[in-house]
Amino acid sequence: MRSLGKFLIFISSLFVRRESFSTYFKLTIDECIKVGYNSILIVAIVSTFMGAVTTIQTAFNLVSPFIPDYVISLVVRDMTILELSPTIIAIVYAGKVGSNIAGELGTMRITEQVDALEVMGLNASSYLVLPKIIASVLMFPALVIFSAFLSIYGGYLTSVFTGLISGYDYIYGIRAEFIEFNIFFALIKAFVFAFLVAAISAYKGFYTKGGALEVGQSSTAAVTNSCIAILCADYLLAQLLLG
Amino acid sequence: MIEIKNIQKSFKGKQVLHGIDATFESGKTNLIIGSSGTGKSVLLKCLVGLVKPDEGDVLYNDRNFTRANKELQTEIRREIGMLFQGSALFDSKNVEQNIMFPLDVLSDMKLEEKKDRVNFCLQRVGLENVNHLMPSEISGGMKKRVGIARAIVNKPNYLFCDEPNSGLDPMTSITIDDLIAEITEEYKITTIIVTHDMNSVIEIGQKVIFLHKGLKLWEGDKDNITNSDVKELNEFVFANRMMKLIK
Repeated sequence: MRSLGKFLIFISSLFVRRESFSTYFKLTIDECIKVGYNSILIVAIVSTFMGAVTTIQTAFNLVSPFIPDYVISLVVRDMTILELSPTIIAIVYAGKVGSNIAGELGTMRITEQVDALEVMGLNASSYLVLPKIIASVLMFPALVIFSAFLSIYGGYLTSVFTGLISGYDYIYGIRAEFIEFNIFFALIKAFVFAFLVAAISAYKGFYTKGGALEVGQSSTAAVTNSCIAILCADYLLAQLLLG
Repeated sequence: MIEIKNIQKSFKGKQVLHGIDATFESGKTNLIIGSSGTGKSVLLKCLVGLVKPDEGDVLYNDRNFTRANKELQTEIRREIGMLFQGSALFDSKNVEQNIMFPLDVLSDMKLEEKKDRVNFCLQRVGLENVNHLMPSEISGGMKKRVGIARAIVNKPNYLFCDEPNSGLDPMTSITIDDLIAEITEEYKITTIIVTHDMNSVIEIGQKVIFLHKGLKLWEGDKDNITNSDVKELNEFVFANRMMKLIK
């Protein structure tokens, strides 16, 4: 509870004594490149293989002749949009971006760079952390959409090249019984996960004490705590919005 | 002028500072000296607001910093320049961007004006053509100089230096000391240096405060530091053979 209280105080400190809009705008653009653009490759690789493997495993399990082939891609689509792209990519994102945020802020803390900002009269937490959270909340939903597209496309390539189902059946299944709310649900999850990863990682990094060993520990704690928070939020959102 | 009154600080029940009183005058290099772990850096952090004292007041030209609201604290902080022990240069910015940073966030100057000011400060600390080097590409002494340039770029009224000579060779240490003293005199700023380097005391110690186990045991200038009858100060001053020879 004490940590939660400290975390909430940390979050509220981001919104006091802020700098000018132009300062944050420039920093946010830089962070968008770091957290979004620089994550495209890993998201693309994970998503394509995720879709491919999901297609093979779904086909492996749906062996009844009474189930039409297109159901495979329908299942892949819904699994991708509802769960795999937002959640698995969020965990990958926590590993890549979360550890980076915690490591960067932790190093700045132990090398007195954070103190230097405070002495200059800046609100260091707001200056350093707010752009990271804004960038994360802006870019991660885009990454999730990109991931869902590539995952479904990866499934299509697997279907066509291995002959599991025809390209026509795969596309038919993708379009069948489509529920638009699922996209909305995936985006809500993406917003929540993006905030959790950036805020938890920044909190862990910002309050690092000690030396290089502690920076490593902060990075590890940032990733593990983010993953746990993602899974808890995943359950809560599913219960609230789909239950 | 900076005045501190009855500064007390403890961490986890252990008293680190026991009611320190002192006055630091403008245009002078004020040194806080003492062995490691005597509370010098904690006192410096109390002065700049990085650590909140449990008791006592810090006054910047009669403005009470400790009891000030956030706006006044920010206003006072913007008159402060600080050189950190490890220089604390921003790793992601090059030398020019590091020095320009206070101007970027605290002034309305145009880019050309800022560049002129940065180049002036770089020249002032004896560095040229290093604008585009990253902190990882320069030596420890150069980092200190860049740190000083960043500290003075916004024309501060108060300059704080935490162990400016740590990790430097004797020649570079003297250069850095002289530079700080020159800047102090030139701009008539109040400079406070935390150090345990006796060479610095002899070179530039216009006013010296000696701390021991969180207590201020002695106050004076470099000329009478060797004549003190404070046992702890004598042990500190004459700890190295060169000082013994001088004595």
